Amino acid sequence: MPAKKKESADSAVATAPRLAVRKTYKLFIGGAFPRSESGRTYVVADSKGQFVANAAQASRKDARDAVLAARAAFGKWSGATAYNKGQVIYRVAEMLEGRRDEFTALEVPASEVDEAIDRLVWYAGWTDKLAQVVGGANPVAGPYFNISSPEPSGVVAVVAPSQPTLLGLVSVIAPAMATGNTVIVITDAPRVAITLAEVLATSDVPGGVVNILTGSAAEVAPWLASHSDVNGLDLTGVADTKLALELEQAAAETLKRVRRPAAGLDWTADPGLAPMTAYLETKTVWHPKGL
Amino acid sequence: MTATISPLSEVTRSDAALRTFLHGLPGVDRVGADARAAGLGTRSIKTTAKAWAIDLAIRMVDLTTLEGSDTPGKVRALCAKARQPDPGDPACPSVAAICVYPSMVPTAAEALRGSGIHLASVATAFPSGQAPLKVKLDDTRAAVAAGADEIDMVISRGAFLSGRYLEVFEEITAIKEACGKAHLKVILETGELVTYDNVRRASWLAMLAGGDFIKTSTGKVAPAATLPVTLIMLEAVRDFLDTTGRKVGVKPAGGIRTTKDAIKYLVMVNEIAGDGWLDPDWFRFGASTLLNDLLMQRTKLATGHYSGPDYFTLD
Repeated sequence: MPAKKKESADSAVATAPRLAVRKTYKLFIGGAFPRSESGRTYVVADSKGQFVANAAQASRKDARDAVLAARAAFGKWSGATAYNKGQVIYRVAEMLEGRRDEFTALEVPASEVDEAIDRLVWYAGWTDKLAQVVGGANPVAGPYFNISSPEPSGVVAVVAPSQPTLLGLVSVIAPAMATGNTVIVITDAPRVAITLAEVLATSDVPGGVVNILTGSAAEVAPWLASHSDVNGLDLTGVADTKLALELEQAAAETLKRVRRPAAGLDWTADPGLAPMTAYLETKTVWHPKGL
Repeated sequence: MTATISPLSEVTRSDAALRTFLHGLPGVDRVGADARAAGLGTRSIKTTAKAWAIDLAIRMVDLTTLEGSDTPGKVRALCAKARQPDPGDPACPSVAAICVYPSMVPTAAEALRGSGIHLASVATAFPSGQAPLKVKLDDTRAAVAAGADEIDMVISRGAFLSGRYLEVFEEITAIKEACGKAHLKVILETGELVTYDNVRRASWLAMLAGGDFIKTSTGKVAPAATLPVTLIMLEAVRDFLDTTGRKVGVKPAGGIRTTKDAIKYLVMVNEIAGDGWLDPDWFRFGASTLLNDLLMQRTKLATGHYSGPDYFTLD
């Protein structure tokens, strides 16, 4: 009798459908994937309005933690050679290429994934060329070498655009990274952003160089705009002009570098140098010659 | 805990009596102490309570520099910071004390004159304590003569760990005498004492020998101050007050870097020893980087936005 019972239990196991193991979309801070400190989540729906995931909703304390992580990572990342930074960003492109199916499954068009990968390669190429273009030797009236070289600003907070998701994220993260800054991104596209975080986490990007906060820019961005330890603010993804103005005013208190591109940006067009030079500062050195 | 032994004056009569007393102290439940300390660390202290705690913590800081590379200039800068930790806000309280090596005491004494800030000097062959007693006594006398009004001594962990308790006791008594009017803080170096039982024994030993403060660590050994170790020391000073009527202070030192940590300690002081110890005369933080974090949090509460390390001096 017990033997028979066991048999029926076995067959029940065999016929039961396998439970899918769903991914928990958390934040990306300091190279780790923590839940929000606040414990909050919000529901993410796909384009048909169907529930697909609960994503972590970042709070101001997550933003503060992200600033600490970004600041801690800044010394090493800004000090890495341009060649090394280029290699790391190229590696991100390689990893993204290998994971393109994950992004198309998240309703990112295949052409957009291609654009994102190409853009990463483009920025990877710029890392060791930018200094020659925006820096250089200046002729001065005196027996000196006068050399200007671009230096990263520090920690840059970015509000990523809602659309296009992947290309938008890559287009705001890569230029700040390529110039040696560390980045904190606020995005409302948690699935694409956290999948991109998985790409970054496996691409030799040191922990803390890119930190991703998912949730409401209106809630979190003001804390970053007024944070004294943030050096730059990118308002590309802020569509609400009132909010953008408030953020600009808050950023002015601590003399942040603020970038706010005009609305209606063509994401597939050549981005030019502006996204990279926005968070560079020029250091000029005088050196006596003829000694 | 107090029912264990004969009158306390008897226990230091001989090595055997002292050993019997110290080993007769109740053992520490390690898991229990860790869990209690972790539990107290989860209290949420916000808004006005937090502002109060931050100001109290600033007043409790022994601003410390104990590096081989210390210079008079660095000590003077530190003293200026001790007087006015936040130059942008005159309402910010000054710290409790400056803690330096004996050779820096004259410089610090001059820089602190008239401020009411205490001047602590480490002595007795800090941080190892491995020197003859005569050298330790001279070290102490020199620091006091140069103007230190608090002496942070280290116990001989070698003697303590090999069970020569009376030797440690007599050494502390001798240093206390050499201190004269200066307060004596006894550094147990809990990171080297191995067990919580030893921390409890060393605490009682230091208090019996006349220490005015018991201090966790030199800051040169990891782990330095931890919450459970401080908890055991707070229990010891509480029980010592009950038994003898003499109040002894506690100073965790080393490894306390954030406001959050400091507030956890304050919660523990209040819960274990009682609010009688929530005062710079009875509880201190030995720290250097902690002060900047306290100032940043203070600024955050005052202005409503997060502050950054660029706005505060490094030393």
